[in-house]
Amino acid sequence: MKKIMSKKEKTKRKIRVLIAKPGLDSHDRGAKIVARALRDAGMEIIYTGLRQTPEQIVETALQEDVDVIGLSILSGAHTTLFPRIMHLLKKNKLTDLLVFAGGIIPEEDVPKIKKLGIKEVFGPGTPTTTLVQFVSRNAPKTRQ
Amino acid sequence: MPKANQTEQLVKGVLKGDKRSIARSITIIENREPEAQRLIARLYPKTGKAHIIGVTGPPGAGKSTLIEKLAKELRNRGKTVGIVAVDPTSPFTGGAFLGDRVRMQDLSLDQGVYIRSMATRNNPGGLAKATKDAVRVLDASGKNVVIVETVGAGQSEVDIVKVAHTIIVALAPGLGDDIQAIKAGQMEIGDIYVVNKADRENAEKTASDIQASLELATEKTGWKPLVVKTSALTGEGVAQLIETIEQHRQHLKKGELDEKRKERAETELIEALKEKITETIINEFQTKNEWKQVTKKILARQIDPYTAAEKLLTGNKRKGK
Repeated sequence: MKKIMSKKEKTKRKIRVLIAKPGLDSHDRGAKIVARALRDAGMEIIYTGLRQTPEQIVETALQEDVDVIGLSILSGAHTTLFPRIMHLLKKNKLTDLLVFAGGIIPEEDVPKIKKLGIKEVFGPGTPTTTLVQFVSRNAPKTRQ
Repeated sequence: MPKANQTEQLVKGVLKGDKRSIARSITIIENREPEAQRLIARLYPKTGKAHIIGVTGPPGAGKSTLIEKLAKELRNRGKTVGIVAVDPTSPFTGGAFLGDRVRMQDLSLDQGVYIRSMATRNNPGGLAKATKDAVRVLDASGKNVVIVETVGAGQSEVDIVKVAHTIIVALAPGLGDDIQAIKAGQMEIGDIYVVNKADRENAEKTASDIQASLELATEKTGWKPLVVKTSALTGEGVAQLIETIEQHRQHLKKGELDEKRKERAETELIEALKEKITETIINEFQTKNEWKQVTKKILARQIDPYTAAEKLLTGNKRKGK
């Protein structure tokens, strides 16, 4: 039987995820599918909307105190925008977050991106279950 | 670092307006972590300075966009602004999609603005349980004005009256006729009624319907609710809305604010007591064998839940004596 007010339930930690669209591309169906899948898995999703600068994304992550950032990009600008975002996260001492990326990202760029501290890159066709599993497993359990 | 020390650090940070401390504090309160109570206790004495504006109204009325414009105008006038934007949690999965920021992008880099999105976590009434305390954190951090956006509210989500000083009910043309305007709930709580999307057809008719309905109301507080037409898209009417808010603030200063505060302090005390008492009693019952037996009996249709609850309570009283 489910206890009504067990100690465990009293502290209700939710995984908070920022889904962000850096750069100038104006297509966010992928980002919305990811947001929806994570929402249906019981997480709280904060969506930034389109055309965000790295500064805006990091500022939002800071104010919203998210545990996870998902970056969606289709324009090919990941090689300039991702390093900038990761740099700004460090500068703001947001180093304990899980960051992942998705969109159109050439295979050969993936190792470079992972080196930046982005944990995983998901291409088109990734089943949403894979993604949900990845986030649930890798989201920081506690925050400093 | 020991927890108490960490809390002190956070308190110091919040009072200095440090964004990271504000962010963490709200999370701790929202998750009802063990330090939450201490944190609120330490911040509470530093609150009470901010003017708190509540913005409510049906989904799609333009609340978020209106808040963006309001905040910008307040910034132009040298005020710092905190925003708490509430969106619903799914009662089925517990997840939430918080999208109010999408309409507030112009504010995202302004250092004088802090925006926090918040899921209701299934709290009824149009706000999250932690909203009031999140507002306190922003108040303590020195924000001059704190704006609270409720979920897209239906007719009876009126908890905002317990949080805000000035209530704006945002409506849009074409949502209903003069019969809607006379219904109970939402249409009773506004200090200011905004007909947003005033660039659209029928805005004038909507405004006059509301005005007419307000005139039927019996005056209680000496403040006659005003109707303001805005277009959050173009910014038209926003300056006038700010003037109206200021007018209401001046009105509150004449004494109603003290009254409101007194009333609220009492309600809050009762609510806090209710929560503590319920929690204590239920926790105690759940550890007893009786609990299981009674649940079984309810399942077997041998006893109904109301009689069972009464039995548990009276049994408890006897033992207490």
